[in-house]
Amino acid sequence: MEIERQKLRALAPLDQPRSPEDLRVRQLRARELLAGELEGRDLEAHVEERMLTTTLNKALDWARSNAMWPATFGLACCAIEMMSMVGARYDTARYGAEVFRASPRQADMLILSGRVSVKMAPVIRRIYDQMLEPKWVLAMGACSSSGGMFANYAVVQGADKFVPVDIHIPGCPPRPEALMHGILKLQRQIQGRPDLGWRKRYGAIGTEEWARTPPGGNGGGPADA
Amino acid sequence: MPDAPGLELIARELNERFEGSVPSTYFEHGQGALVVDPQQVLDVLGWLRDTPGQEYRFLASVHAADYLPSEPRFGVHYELLNMPRVERLRVKAALPDPGEGELPALDSCVELFPSANFQEREAYDFFGIEFRGHPDLRRILMPDDYVGWPQRRDFPIGGEPVLFTHNEDEMPRWYD
Repeated sequence: MEIERQKLRALAPLDQPRSPEDLRVRQLRARELLAGELEGRDLEAHVEERMLTTTLNKALDWARSNAMWPATFGLACCAIEMMSMVGARYDTARYGAEVFRASPRQADMLILSGRVSVKMAPVIRRIYDQMLEPKWVLAMGACSSSGGMFANYAVVQGADKFVPVDIHIPGCPPRPEALMHGILKLQRQIQGRPDLGWRKRYGAIGTEEWARTPPGGNGGGPADA
Repeated sequence: MPDAPGLELIARELNERFEGSVPSTYFEHGQGALVVDPQQVLDVLGWLRDTPGQEYRFLASVHAADYLPSEPRFGVHYELLNMPRVERLRVKAALPDPGEGELPALDSCVELFPSANFQEREAYDFFGIEFRGHPDLRRILMPDDYVGWPQRRDFPIGGEPVLFTHNEDEMPRWYD
């Protein structure tokens, strides 16, 4: 399916200087295409100029990474920064991560924005389990990454003790720019090296939801061993 | 607030009515406190609530404290408030440590002040103080299966050691 891109480049070099005559030719081609009269070599040139080829996996990764919907889930003071991240000033809609979904079934990114108490950990784990694959977790701030200043009996010392964390964002709290930087890092990870996902790092191949549920089984519930 | 002589008058009336119920009082930072015998705390609280002239009808707070090096070790504090006069009075029950495996216990005041329900549960949750007669004495903030009384002074604070430059010699050297 993949067409060699180098060949296309050779046919229609994109970096050639664009003269007014060149632009005029393109304009005429486009007009003829709309009229249904563009044929032959002109049609080929027109399509080659406006096409970009890639593999399906890359397109899928690109689409996933640019539409990560976070769950509406705030834990502590970091959540204030998380909220301002989606506001008009920082506007993470530019990276497609602004649609905070009120249901974990519709979200694919969990931002752990604050300290995770021992009592909250099973709740977060349940929310994480309810999210659909593929899903990602950002540990925002020092507390959810390592326990932070709360080195005591009530706070989990690092959220990666009970959920697989993809990105750790330092700061106390991180500024919205830092959170967006973390999201961009996650996008790069999804696009560039998807094999570095958490399942490989945590040795959890085979724990996907579809792998745990037998086909035609109990309708999506956890499979009994 | 009752001033220091007023506090002594309250203590004397209580001691006349309930023998040995108020062993001592103290007056600090403009606030008077009655130190009461934990066996008679319900009598004292009921008297302070219902007696004309006292009428501390609002229980603002119940909380516990751990004074570990000193004896008696535990304290349960009742902060009473008279709303019309805006007078506050602290009642403090001092509980000795009953020893390993047993919990210090005193009577619950939920019958007198229903608002004490959750606050006594909190004191039980964090300090392991048993309130006899409480309708639903179980943990309120910590998980139900938690073991230990985390706000006691001899409870380990928890957390994990963190590598800094000042303690790098004592830390496990994972990079070796």
